[in-house]
Amino acid sequence: MPTQPALRTSGLCKDFRGFRAVDTVDLEVAEGSIHALVGPNGAGKTTLFNLLSGFLGVSAGRIALFGRDITGLQPEQIAHLGVARSFQITSLFENLTPIEHVELALQGMTSEGYSFWRSHRSMHKFRPRAEELVEEVGLTSMAHRPAGLLAYGQKRALEMALVSALDPRVLLLDEPTAGMGMEDIDRTIELVRRIATGRTVVFVDHNMHVVGSLADRVTVLQAGTVLAEGTYDEVRNDERVVTAYLGEADHA
Amino acid sequence: MSNLTTDADTAHFDLPSDRGEGHGRSPLRWLLLAAGLAVAVALPWFVYPPIAMDILCWALFAIALDILLGYCGLLSFGHAAFWGGSAYATGLVAVHYGVPFPLAVLAGMLFAMTIAVPIGYLSVRATGIYFAMVTLAFAQMIYFIANQWRDVTGGENGLQAVPKTFFGIEAVETEAFYFYYAALPMILLGMWAAWRIVHSPFGRVLVAIRDNSPRARALGYDVERYKVIAFVLSAGLAGLAGGLFAISHGFVSLQEVNWTTSGKVVLMTVLGGIGTLWGGAVGAGFIVQLEDYMASSGFEGIGIVTGSVFVIVVLLFRRGIWGTVAHLVSSRSTRSAGRRG
Ligand SMILES: Nc1ncnc2c1ncn2[C@@H]1O[C@H](COP(=O)(O)OP(=O)(O)OP(=O)(O)O)[C@@H](O)[C@H]1O
Ligand SMILES: [Mg+2]
Repeated sequence: MPTQPALRTSGLCKDFRGFRAVDTVDLEVAEGSIHALVGPNGAGKTTLFNLLSGFLGVSAGRIALFGRDITGLQPEQIAHLGVARSFQITSLFENLTPIEHVELALQGMTSEGYSFWRSHRSMHKFRPRAEELVEEVGLTSMAHRPAGLLAYGQKRALEMALVSALDPRVLLLDEPTAGMGMEDIDRTIELVRRIATGRTVVFVDHNMHVVGSLADRVTVLQAGTVLAEGTYDEVRNDERVVTAYLGEADHA
Repeated sequence: MSNLTTDADTAHFDLPSDRGEGHGRSPLRWLLLAAGLAVAVALPWFVYPPIAMDILCWALFAIALDILLGYCGLLSFGHAAFWGGSAYATGLVAVHYGVPFPLAVLAGMLFAMTIAVPIGYLSVRATGIYFAMVTLAFAQMIYFIANQWRDVTGGENGLQAVPKTFFGIEAVETEAFYFYYAALPMILLGMWAAWRIVHSPFGRVLVAIRDNSPRARALGYDVERYKVIAFVLSAGLAGLAGGLFAISHGFVSLQEVNWTTSGKVVLMTVLGGIGTLWGGAVGAGFIVQLEDYMASSGFEGIGIVTGSVFVIVVLLFRRGIWGTVAHLVSSRSTRSAGRRG
């Protein structure tokens, strides 16, 4: 059945003052798949995410979401079209609690944030769903503490709760397991798998265990260009990839 | 992110009031509210009534500015455009149509909000010091127009003979003491509106934008639109204050649209405590009284004294008067209540 890919980029480029961080990338992410984006540091993975989510304007090329051209749209517009992203460097509101974070995310998909005449208690209608989402990522015991007080792994978990609160069709996860220990990594793999149900996921990760256990397809990026693409096993055995990336991953 | 964003950290104990309420701070809140109302009602008995009215107007003006400064992290250095713009509009409506003054003030407020739409739209893309400069530039344009358009505004002579028309109630129309009580409800309504805005879903989003704007965008919030709306609301409340100020004085001076007015309200807000909302009222009371005291004692260097006060506050009490006191109170109650959470 020929359906539109969830995401398709054609000839996507991003220049930073003459330096080409993303170089003519043609990427296709099938609907419902989990797609990994790997590559050495500085390969342009985060930059590509920033292009896909509208945080950076493209220098050349187009981006299509389920066949619809989204090139040049603003981040909030892309979010409303069903693309949620997490940040490589945890990006939270230090003074809000996890529950308040998730309420804010749930509200973000409505227009109720504009109601300056209402009490903020009206946001409590998002509370039951917020509590579910916070529980799903295992933060119930911390639900009412300012996020600034959370441990690193808990902050990453909250990032996951935020993206799933947006109920997106496509998730972009930038290194969801970065800096985690084995136990947290396995929990995160489980979590991503659960959240991915019925959705399309593109994620970046340096950890090959994570890539191997989650990804249906893997795209290898190097110096801004696509070096190889295929299943995890295909890519892992690709000679260019071994030299360019996997060797380096051992040090990382 | 701008420096202001981090400087505004004083706001935070005021924001998560959901948490505060569960910890016995509610009685304190009611007590403060009662005390504030008592002061507002009793003020003209202790302070020369026209000065008491000045305090009310500047208090609302400073609170309006704090919506932007404290809750959006945007330092407007052009709020005289809205205070003064509304003062002229209010004065003109009162002079030419002879409507009851609350209506004239409402018209002034609408005028302020109307000019705030394009000004806000063109300013909010800038942050930090650039935002301050852009807003200053627009305010200077308003000043230029007010100065040049003499036939209407009276230019340097100001707009004279603005009446306090109030349903033929002579006491209000002629005596500052009674006028104060006729104007007080409008000021209180304005302050309530500011409080409502800050403690609304919208206020939550503003703080989220201030603290982490990219994250707010990723959650689907149209950051610029939120800022423009906040800007217009703030301008409206500044206009309400400026309109009442014009009526109270029976006169609109060119001073009201001058940059010194923008500077003065920033001074009051910072002095009271950025992001504390009510701090602005305290700062306004302090500065208006100080200026009045120095003017009546024939002292010339008002600017030097208020400037020095400003420097001292910025250097020693970065949370401002309200912020410093609130911090002391909350850290004490936190200690006695054991660890929160
Ligand atoms: N805003 C920017 N301005 C200039 N150069 C940038 C900018 N953002 C990224 N770069 C450069 O673009 C290249 C790609 O960076 P990017 O962050 O996309 O890499 P990455 O693949 O995500 O790396 P990592 O694995 O370390 O996260 C790097 O050389 C980086 O220095
Ligand atoms: Mg990266």
